[in-house]
Amino acid sequence: MALLKLTSPHAHTTQDTGNVMQLVLLATTPGLLALTIFFGWGTLINICIASIVALGCEAGIMHLRKRPVMFYLRDYSALVTAVLLGLALPPLAPWWIAVVGTAFAIIIAKQLYGGLGYNPFNPAMIGYVVLLISFPVQMTAWPAPAPLYEAGTAVPGLWQSLQIVLPFLSPEAVTGTIDAFTAATPLDTVKHSTGLLMEQLYQKDPLFSQGNWAGLGWEWVNLGFLAGGCFLLYRKIFTWHAPVAMLVALTLCSALFYDGGSSTSHGSPLLHLLSGATMLGAFFIVTDPVTSATSNRGRLIYGALIGVLIFIIRSWGNYPDSVAFAVLLMNFAAPLIDNYTLPRTYGHQKSRRATEKKD
Amino acid sequence: MADTSYREITANGLWKNNAALVQLLGLCPLLAVTGSVVNALGLGLATMLVLVGSNIAVSLIRKQVSEAVKIPAFVMIIATFTTCTELLMQAFTYELYLILGIFIPLIVTNCTILGRAEAFASKNNVVASALDGFMMGAGFGLVLLVIGTIREILGSGTLFANMHLLFGPIAENWTLNLFGEGYGFLVAILPPGAFLIAGMLIALKNIIDDKIEHRNAARRAPVVKGAKRVRTTGTVS
Repeated sequence: MALLKLTSPHAHTTQDTGNVMQLVLLATTPGLLALTIFFGWGTLINICIASIVALGCEAGIMHLRKRPVMFYLRDYSALVTAVLLGLALPPLAPWWIAVVGTAFAIIIAKQLYGGLGYNPFNPAMIGYVVLLISFPVQMTAWPAPAPLYEAGTAVPGLWQSLQIVLPFLSPEAVTGTIDAFTAATPLDTVKHSTGLLMEQLYQKDPLFSQGNWAGLGWEWVNLGFLAGGCFLLYRKIFTWHAPVAMLVALTLCSALFYDGGSSTSHGSPLLHLLSGATMLGAFFIVTDPVTSATSNRGRLIYGALIGVLIFIIRSWGNYPDSVAFAVLLMNFAAPLIDNYTLPRTYGHQKSRRATEKKD
Repeated sequence: MADTSYREITANGLWKNNAALVQLLGLCPLLAVTGSVVNALGLGLATMLVLVGSNIAVSLIRKQVSEAVKIPAFVMIIATFTTCTELLMQAFTYELYLILGIFIPLIVTNCTILGRAEAFASKNNVVASALDGFMMGAGFGLVLLVIGTIREILGSGTLFANMHLLFGPIAENWTLNLFGEGYGFLVAILPPGAFLIAGMLIALKNIIDDKIEHRNAARRAPVVKGAKRVRTTGTVS
């Protein structure tokens, strides 16, 4: 009888890195759809620019590092970084915003550290934070959700959006047009509203009065990402620990400090959950397998601390939203968390620290 | 140590043992004040002045000061020269002195200076020590200047802005506006930019060193076959 001489592992799944990354890309669709419906073509244009730059940078660096270029391009990780960054950028931002951010994310935050699997920080978030602190004006110019446009102003179509993003496309200058579409985001509005009770604010500001729970448009964007996240969870791309811990911590914090809607309130739990980048962060950023904690217990701690940090920075920091900052701060802490949450090895009585000395 | 050639001292100070890129000393001013060329140049020159002065003084008293009180004596000398530099800057480049602020008095804590006093000046004669101080200072200053240039170009899109603070009215309109008005890439001006650029420079230096090493290795006479007995144990030299 002829026996095949095979070494373990004998069981394979069909999931390789490229497969996982493709599923992640697929799962961003509902959120992307909501963004496009409410904020126009800008996000799609961002994603296109970012993808081209990301693939170019990845290929260039791989060539410099004398690695097989196509092998690394086919794992889609650069594309995921580009799409996540493109989703986070304000639609209709000038083209060089996406170019600088993506190049920084891929070259410095990812490849200089050794490429996929070696980067201590989430590349997309590094790119976002670099842009946010470097170009605060462009990075805070979010368009108003489409239903809030003044009568007579049309939502910029594909061609007009392209002209705004790439000003050299049009012969006559369209600079300044972006200001016609921008408006404060819900978190921004709540942060800077003084003297109004939350209830009054919700009635007065069309952003809230026309929305259902947490600001027109934004709630659907967040629900879209939530749906995408649930799909990934169902496909077992990541475990529930980190995102659930983050959302629970954020809810608890905001419920604890929600003072029934006074004028100095930091916003209701619902506002915090369904506004800003909460759901994008919870299901697409916090779950990054490279930069998060490794064990399930570690992920609970990691996610919960991100939730707490998000609330702290949103409420008492200078920036209206803070998912990127919170994630980067906890990326720092992930190795330490790993050290203290090493799972118990089978056959041993109790777990030990990774750095513990043997007797 | 006294037989160190001047050539070697120069090479050490400027390249091989560069204070900023190899020893990684004095990083605090390196990162803090290199936002523009004029700041970098000002601090580089001030540091060089202190370094030369303290090296000469330490070398002069090296046989009189006992081991036990060596470090306090060095620190006193360095503090004296730092104060001199501070007063000089107040007298001649007052505005620059205001801009550099705390980093002028902080030269006294620059590890490069105490390091050179201890490692070189206390063991060598005056001429060699003065040259070492000058070359170490020049190497440090050059790195400051390069980082300052890159950060100014990237961060604010200008070059040689405010040079009149250092060179007087002649330099009033040396400012070059490279990318037009309204340009600004804040991260290069902020501390992270300094870390990034310093890191890139260190990487660049290592690449150049590697290239030189490779070329030297290639230039060495090829091993003639059979000229060496093949050893089966230990390392072949």
